[in-house]
Amino acid sequence: MTTKARPLFDAAILKRAILDAMVKLDPRYMVRNPVMFMVEVGAALTLYLFVAALLGKGEAPAGFTLAISLWLWFTVLFANFAEAMAEGRGKAQAETLRKTRRDVNARQLSAPRRDAKSQMVPASQLRKGHVILVEAGEFIPGDGEVIEGVASVDESAITGESAPVIRESGGDRSAVTGGTRVLSDWLIVRITADPGESFLDRMISMVEGAKRQKTPNEIALSILLAALTIIFLMVCVTLLPFSIYSANASGLGRPVSVTVLVALLVCLAPTTIGGLLSAIGIAGMDRLIQANVIAMSGRAVEAAGDVDVLLLDKTGTITLGNRQATEFIPAGNVAVEALADAAQLASLADETPEGRSIVILAKEKHGLRGRDVRALGATFVPFTAQTRMSGVNLDHREIRKGAAEAIQCYVRAKGGEFPESVQRQVQEISRQGGTPLVVADGAKVLGVIRLKDIVKGGIKERFAELRTMGIRTVMVTGDNPLTAAAIAAEAGVDDFLAEATPEAKLELIRKYQAGGRLVAMTGDGTNDAPALAQADVAVAMNTGTQAAKEAGNMVDLDSSPTKLIQIVEIGKQLLMTRGALTTFSISNDIAKYFAVIPAAFAATYPALGALNIMRLATPASAILSAVIFNALIIIALIPLALRGVRYRAVPAAQLLRRNILIYGLGGLIVPFIGIKIIDLLLVAMHLT
Amino acid sequence: MTTNGIIQIALYMAVLLALVKPLGAYMARVYQGQPIRLDRVLGPLERLIYRGCRVKPEQEMDWKVYTLSMLAFSILGIVSLYALLRVQGMLPLNPQGMGAVPPDLAFNTAVSFTTNTNWQNYSGETTLSHLTQMVGMTVHNFVSAATGMAILVAFIRGLVRHNARAIGNFWVDLTRSVLYILLPLSLILAMVLVTQGVVQTLGPYKSVALLQPTKDANGQMVTQQVLAMGPVASQVAIKHVGTNGGGFFNANAAHPFENPTPLTDLLLILAETLIPAALTYTFGKMVGDTRQGWTILAAMMVVLAIFALATYAAESAGNPRLVALGVDQAGSNINPGGNMEGKEVRFGVARSSLFAVGTTATSTGAVDSMHDSYTPLGGLSILILMQFSETILGGVGSGLYGMLIFVIVAVFLAGLMVGRTPEYLGKKIEAYEMKMASLIVLLMPLIVLGLTAVAVVTKAGVSSIANPGAHGFSEILYAYTSQGNNNGSAFAGLNGNTTFYNVTGALAMLVGRFWLAIPALAIAGSLAAKKTVPAGPGTLPTNTPLFAGLLVAVVVIVGALTFFPALALGPIVEHLMMGSM
Repeated sequence: MTTKARPLFDAAILKRAILDAMVKLDPRYMVRNPVMFMVEVGAALTLYLFVAALLGKGEAPAGFTLAISLWLWFTVLFANFAEAMAEGRGKAQAETLRKTRRDVNARQLSAPRRDAKSQMVPASQLRKGHVILVEAGEFIPGDGEVIEGVASVDESAITGESAPVIRESGGDRSAVTGGTRVLSDWLIVRITADPGESFLDRMISMVEGAKRQKTPNEIALSILLAALTIIFLMVCVTLLPFSIYSANASGLGRPVSVTVLVALLVCLAPTTIGGLLSAIGIAGMDRLIQANVIAMSGRAVEAAGDVDVLLLDKTGTITLGNRQATEFIPAGNVAVEALADAAQLASLADETPEGRSIVILAKEKHGLRGRDVRALGATFVPFTAQTRMSGVNLDHREIRKGAAEAIQCYVRAKGGEFPESVQRQVQEISRQGGTPLVVADGAKVLGVIRLKDIVKGGIKERFAELRTMGIRTVMVTGDNPLTAAAIAAEAGVDDFLAEATPEAKLELIRKYQAGGRLVAMTGDGTNDAPALAQADVAVAMNTGTQAAKEAGNMVDLDSSPTKLIQIVEIGKQLLMTRGALTTFSISNDIAKYFAVIPAAFAATYPALGALNIMRLATPASAILSAVIFNALIIIALIPLALRGVRYRAVPAAQLLRRNILIYGLGGLIVPFIGIKIIDLLLVAMHLT
Repeated sequence: MTTNGIIQIALYMAVLLALVKPLGAYMARVYQGQPIRLDRVLGPLERLIYRGCRVKPEQEMDWKVYTLSMLAFSILGIVSLYALLRVQGMLPLNPQGMGAVPPDLAFNTAVSFTTNTNWQNYSGETTLSHLTQMVGMTVHNFVSAATGMAILVAFIRGLVRHNARAIGNFWVDLTRSVLYILLPLSLILAMVLVTQGVVQTLGPYKSVALLQPTKDANGQMVTQQVLAMGPVASQVAIKHVGTNGGGFFNANAAHPFENPTPLTDLLLILAETLIPAALTYTFGKMVGDTRQGWTILAAMMVVLAIFALATYAAESAGNPRLVALGVDQAGSNINPGGNMEGKEVRFGVARSSLFAVGTTATSTGAVDSMHDSYTPLGGLSILILMQFSETILGGVGSGLYGMLIFVIVAVFLAGLMVGRTPEYLGKKIEAYEMKMASLIVLLMPLIVLGLTAVAVVTKAGVSSIANPGAHGFSEILYAYTSQGNNNGSAFAGLNGNTTFYNVTGALAMLVGRFWLAIPALAIAGSLAAKKTVPAGPGTLPTNTPLFAGLLVAVVVIVGALTFFPALALGPIVEHLMMGSM
C-alpha cells in the first residue's frame, strides 16, 4: 500500500502538540535533554530576576528581564513543540493501529485438531504455545503460526493492502498477525507471542516513540552538544569576573547583569539542534512508517545510512518475477513456424507465466492465434517433478517441452536423435543467461525456445545511482553461475552470488562484514532467517514467515523487494539532517556574538560599539533581537527537521560541499539578516 | 609592510615546506622500526639503554599501560627536576654559586619543563647553575619533546591498527625519538649556532671592559660589565628543535648570545616549526596515504601564513598615537619602520613578527621581541594562535595529536552531512571518541578562562599587573593561555614569580598537558580496537582542500567562540580605544 502522506501540519496533530509542549516543561522530562534543560533553568532564573526587579532589587530593568524570560520560555516551548509534532504524527498512526487491537474472544483448543475440545477465552489471556481455531469472519486474536488449514486473510489493518492474502500451514506463508481477519475457511494457529509483545504492540510502541531510545549516533552528538553547552556556560560564567575587572579598570558602567549573561548563554548554546534533535529522530522513524516499513529499533535506521553492501534477490527485485519466451530457434530442418505452432500447442493449457509467454510470443511473432485445447480434443500433460516436461497429446502427436536433459531422455526412449545443433543452441542460451526449453514432437526434436529473465526497467540506473552513493549491489540467485553472470551484467550489479544456498548467503554476509562493511538484505523465507539475523540491516517481508520477521530488524509491510533502496535513503537523510542542523546551529553563534558582546559592554567600553556591525538600535534591542531570533529559528526549522534534508545520490565530496555551503555558510549569514530585521521591527513597534 | 619583509616570510615558508617530506619520511622509518643509517652508529646504544632499563622493546602496551608509563615518566621528571632545583647549591658545575630555588618557583619550573611548556618565572643567568641548565633543563627539553612525539605515534598506531589492543611501547618510542630524531637535529643546529657566535662554555661568567664607560645611579663610574655565559648553544638548539622555548638567558632569543644574527634567527624559527610540520608527513606515511598528512599541513600552513601576514601588517602599521606626535614610522632602507618598541634592531618588524607567530603557533614560547609591546592587534594575533589549542603546528607531537582531535570533531560534523555515521581513516567515530574529544575541547575554557577569571578578581592576581586597564587583562589572559597550552612564551609585564601565579600556572600547565594527552591516548586505544571500514565513494574524503578548509573552520570557530568575549575585553578593546582617541 501507499498510505497517503499526511500533511506536515495536520490541524489535529497541531492542537495536540501545542498542549504536549506545555506538558513537556516538566523538569523531570526536560533533564533528558541537557541543552534545553539549561534553557529552562535560564528561563526560570530570569523569571525570578524579573520578580526581584519588580520588588526593587533588580539588576536590570524589569521590562527587559521579563522580555528575555518570556522569550526563553518560548525557546523551550518551541523545542518541545517540535518534538510533540514529530511524536504526534506517529501517535496518529498508532491510534489507527490500536483500534485494530480489539479484545476479541479466542477459541482455544485443547489439542491441535479441528475437532478437539474448545473453550472461549479473551485474547488477552492467550500465551505463547496456546493453540486456537479461527473461523471465517473472525479476527485472529494474536500473532501465530498456522499449523493446519488454508484460509484467505484480510491484513489491510496492518499493511493497508485491501486484497486478501492466503495463509497456510507449512512453507513461507504460515505467519499470521493479530488484528487481521480470516475471510474464508479456517485456520488452526499456534500463538507465538505473549500479550504486549505482539507485532502490533511493537509497531504501536515504535510509531509512538514511547520506547524510543537514543541511537548510538544520537548519543555521540548529544555528548558534543553537551560539551559545547558547558563551554558556553564557562564563557558566560567567567564573563562576570571579566566584566567586574573591566568596569573597575575603565571606571565606567557596571558589571554585566545576570540577565544578559543568561541571554548570551542561551543564544550561544546549540539550542537549534538541541531543540530539534529528538524531533529529527522521531521524524526519521515516521518517514520509514510512511514508506510502510516498521523498524524494530532506531539503531537499524541509523545503520541503514551506513550500509555499503546491498544483497538483493534476483527474482522480484532485479528481474520481473518470471521468465518470458523471447525466441524460437528451430532445429536444422524444421521451419520456425512449425516450432512455434508446436510450442504454442504444448503451452495452451499451461497456466504458468512462462507457458503464457510462449503462447503470446507465437501469436506476436508468427501470427498464430491461441486455440481452445478442448475444442481440439487435446489432453494436457502437466509438468511433474519426475518427467520435468509438460505438453499435449493431440490426435497422434505427443508434443512435449521441457529441460534439455528431460527431452533428450524422452526422445531417445522413443528411438529418436537429439541433434548436435540443438545441443549447441541449448548451451549458447544458457551462457547468455537464458533458460532453454526444448520442444519435441514424438521422437523428433523441433527446436529450442529461449526463455529469458526480464530485468526490470530503470533498475540499472538505480544501481548506478547506488554506486555513486558508494553502495555495492550484490545479486543473489539460485541460478547457475553462467546465467547469473549474464543477468548480473545486464542489470549492472557489482557482484553476484550464484547457486545461492542459505549457508552461502550467510557466508557472504560474514565475509563482507569481516572486511568492515555493513550489509543490508531482504528476505522472507524461514531459510533466510540466519542471514537476516547476521545482516546489519535486515528487512523481512511482511508476507514472510514468523522466523524471518523475528530475525530481521525491519518489516516491510508492502513486501516490496526494492524497498531496501528507499530505506537506505531514509537512513542517510536522518544523519544528514542532524549534521546540517548542528552545523547551522554552531555557525549561528558568530552573528550572536556580534549582537550581544558590544551591547553587554556598551557602558563599560563604549569603543566596543565598533563591533556592532549590524548597527542594532540599543543594547537592549540587540540582546532581545538575538534571543528572539534564537527562539524563532527553531520554529522556522521544524519543517526541515520533520521532512529531513533532501538526499541526492552524488559522491560524498559533492554532497559535503553543497551542505557546507547551505548550512555552514548559510548559518553564518542568516542570523545577521534575521537579527537585524527583528531589531528593526522592535524599533518600529517601539518595544525598546 | 615592505616587499623585503614579505619575501623573508615567504622564503621561510618555502624552506620549511621543502624540508617536510625528507624529514617526515625519515621519522616514519624511525617509528616503524625500518632500517635507517643511524642504526649502525646508535643501534648498540639504543639496545644498551633497553638492557640497562630492562625494557623489552618487542613487548607492546595497550593504551592504559602506555598512559601509565608516560605519566610515571613525567611525574618522575617533575620530582627529580624539583629536587635538582632545590639542591643545586650543593652540586658541582656551579661557578657562580647559585643557591636553592624557592619551593613555589622550583615547582612551577619543574612542571614547566616536564610538560614541554618552558614557562619561566625565573631568569636563567641569575638563578640556575650550569649543572641545572644541562642536567635539568636541557635533558627535559629532550625528553618532554620525545614524550609528545611518543604519544603522537601511539595515536597514529591507533588509527592504523584494527582489532588490536597494543599501541606501541612507550619506552621504545621515547628512546627512538631522542636518539634518532632530536639528538642528531640538535647536534647539527648547535654546531651551526656556534659558528654564528652563540656561546658554549662551562666556564664562569666573564667581566669585560665597557667600550663606553658610564655612571650608575649613585654617580659611580662603571667601567666593567659581567657577561653571563654557559653551555648555551647546546641548550638553545634543543629548545627550538623540541618546541620547548625555555631560554638560557632571561631575554631568551632576543639575547645576542642566544640568537646573534639574522641567520640564526631564521634557523631558530625553522627549527621550532620543522618537526611539527614534518610529523604531518610522517602521519600520512604511517596511515598509508600521504595526502592525509598534506591536508592537515595545508590547514596549518594556511592559518600560519594568514597570521604571520596579519601580525606583520599590524606591527608595521605602527602606533597611531605616535603618528599623532609626528614620529616617522615608515619603513626605509635604514629604518625597519612600524612598531619597533620591544624589538631588536637586528631583526626588525618582519622577522620579529614571524618569530612571534612561529613561537606561538608552535608551542615553543621562545621570544626574540617583547610580546607585551606589540600593537593590540599584533598581540591579539599571537594570543589567538595559542588559543587555537596549539594545533597550528603546535608542540612536537602534541600539536598534531591535538589537531587530530579537531579532525575527529570536524569529521563528526561533516560525516553526518554526507549521510553516514562519521568515520576517519576507516574508523567509526562513536560516542566514546566524542566523549574524549569533548573533554579535550572543554579544556581551554576550564583552565584558561577559569584561571583568568579567578586572577582578575583576586588581589593576588591583580597585584602582579604592570599595566592597568584592558592591557592588564590581556597580560593575565596571555599568561594562562600560554601555560594552559604548554606554550611558555610570556607577554611579560606581569610578575609571574609570586606564589599565586607559580601555583596556578603550574596547575594550568599540568592540566593542559595531561588533560589532552590522556584522552588522546584513550581514543587511540579505542580506535585500535575497532575494525577498519574500507573507503568508498560514499565515505567522506578527508584528503581534499575542502576538508582542509573545514578543519580550519572548526579550529577557528571553536577557538573564536570560546575566547571572543575575553578577547573583546582585552586586545580588541585596546585596539579600538587606541584608534579612537
